[in-house]
Amino acid sequence: MHSAHTCPAVAPSIPSAKAQPPEDFRWPEGGVSRVPFQVFSDPAIYAMEQERIFRGPVWHYLCMELEVGKRGDIKTTWLGETPIIVTRDADGIVHAMINRCAHKGALVCLKDRDNRESLTCVYHAWNYGLDGRLKTVAFQNGLRGKGGMPEDFDPSRHRLEPLRVEVYCGMVFGTYSAETEPLHDFLGDSTRAFMERNMKHPLKILGVHSQMIHNNWKLYAENVRDSYHATLLHTFYTTFKVNRLDMDGGIVLSDKKWHHISYSKRATLQAAAEYKEANVHSAKFDSDLEGPELLKAWEGFDDGITHSIQTVFPTLVMQLTLNSLAVRFFVPRGVDKTELFWVFLGYETDTPEQEHMRVMQGNLTGAAGLVALEDGCINSFVQRGTATSPDRAAFIEMGGRVAESNESSRATEAAVRGFWHGYRNIMGF
Amino acid sequence: MLMKSKSPGEQIEQLLRDYCHALDEGQVDRWTGFFLDDAVYQITTRENIAANYPLGIINCQGRGMMEDRIKALQTANIFESHTYCHVTGPLDVREEFEGRHTVRSNFVVYRTMYTGQAELFASGKYLDVVDTSSGAALFAERIVVIDSRCIDTLLVYPL
Repeated sequence: MHSAHTCPAVAPSIPSAKAQPPEDFRWPEGGVSRVPFQVFSDPAIYAMEQERIFRGPVWHYLCMELEVGKRGDIKTTWLGETPIIVTRDADGIVHAMINRCAHKGALVCLKDRDNRESLTCVYHAWNYGLDGRLKTVAFQNGLRGKGGMPEDFDPSRHRLEPLRVEVYCGMVFGTYSAETEPLHDFLGDSTRAFMERNMKHPLKILGVHSQMIHNNWKLYAENVRDSYHATLLHTFYTTFKVNRLDMDGGIVLSDKKWHHISYSKRATLQAAAEYKEANVHSAKFDSDLEGPELLKAWEGFDDGITHSIQTVFPTLVMQLTLNSLAVRFFVPRGVDKTELFWVFLGYETDTPEQEHMRVMQGNLTGAAGLVALEDGCINSFVQRGTATSPDRAAFIEMGGRVAESNESSRATEAAVRGFWHGYRNIMGF
Repeated sequence: MLMKSKSPGEQIEQLLRDYCHALDEGQVDRWTGFFLDDAVYQITTRENIAANYPLGIINCQGRGMMEDRIKALQTANIFESHTYCHVTGPLDVREEFEGRHTVRSNFVVYRTMYTGQAELFASGKYLDVVDTSSGAALFAERIVVIDSRCIDTLLVYPL
């Protein structure tokens, strides 16, 4: 694959007026095992996150490399709330920039995907190269010697604001900040190794859609790190033995605790009495499938892992449930609204039978996913339950009070605490 | 039961009407009864169709998978109760060969959830293959193509 653009010529300007937390805001005693409800509904904290996390020294998923696979390909996306353009130029180099004309600030690209030789703002026809550099300004010299830009106008001083870009495991990542460490270090060894297991293959997109969920973005970030809930809320998982806590599995936190891997091995199930004794809702549904081809799967790897969820702070998730490979990423759309995108994937090397199995397993997750549709509403229940009590806090002590890996049990909220560890760190809370 | 004396066109119209009314009345038990045993039911998006992506939002191959979905939503899945109201447009019916018809119609579905407000949930088209050879019209295929790429909250009941 082609290399990515790594060093922007013009660093985006950092807003001078720093967003501040509300004066009365204080993180409660108890460290990462307590989360003040205020962080889910306070507009001032939300604005601070846009600055410190989304425009801060953090790598963010932008799009699949496949979506800018060919020279001239253009894909629009978001980093936080900011509209972004990702391109592949004539030399095969991937660029990312803010989708905002250097003239009046209008969106330059209007389509989700496109293929062009250059980018032109429709408002006054300012024209940019695929690297974001300003090439021409309409009527720069006026008409018939009248009008036009001042003589000292220098096109090289105006461009689409670039992001630093790295391409890894078929995904394009971007960051605003010149201070962000290299992606390699940002991810860390354990995260990279597991990403490569699942994603470092010739990928193809099998389907896409999104869900608008009515909750703060961090509730979904918690939700995907929460191995405690997964087999309690999602009945289908447990019933059909796709994923239960009485299978061998574990939680691996990255070195800095920001990212995590949760995995299980289906073949190791030894039905634990706790599922029956706790009168767990999800263990009640115990009939067989009428259409068992839904769960037809093959062993793609020899490590026995049949289900995994991996997160990269703050808003990227990779899943491999049986053979259902997907990237999920979520975009904040306001303090209490989040758009969750699903990109279902296969490998170019899949046989038609394997691709068919991945397609059928697509029924398990997504907006109508048999095992996961509950996540569309559960975070809204938390949003609605907490919005009027900003002075109260969540109690997150399952599996202890610290954020550490646990390779022997997933009855833990360790990865949730890991997220808050990273969040507090970067927000200065 | 549909009467044999009805014309195929009338049978198809009645099938599509009954289908919507059953779902709108919350009679999801009746849903699989509108399909042949080996029928296909899919929900996908205009975007997936345009990109030729095979994986949409729901994909049931055969009535068994449809029954699993209904059983799951009745006994396993957790969601807030809600109702649908289907409004459908005129049918474009073409007979492909004896007893098999392709039918296209547009629809909108309003959904009323916990807020108590009815809101537009989905718009799109039904691309159907309807079999009338047994004297009662049944779906051999129902492909639901929604216009939006984005589903509000979740999708539980079939469209």
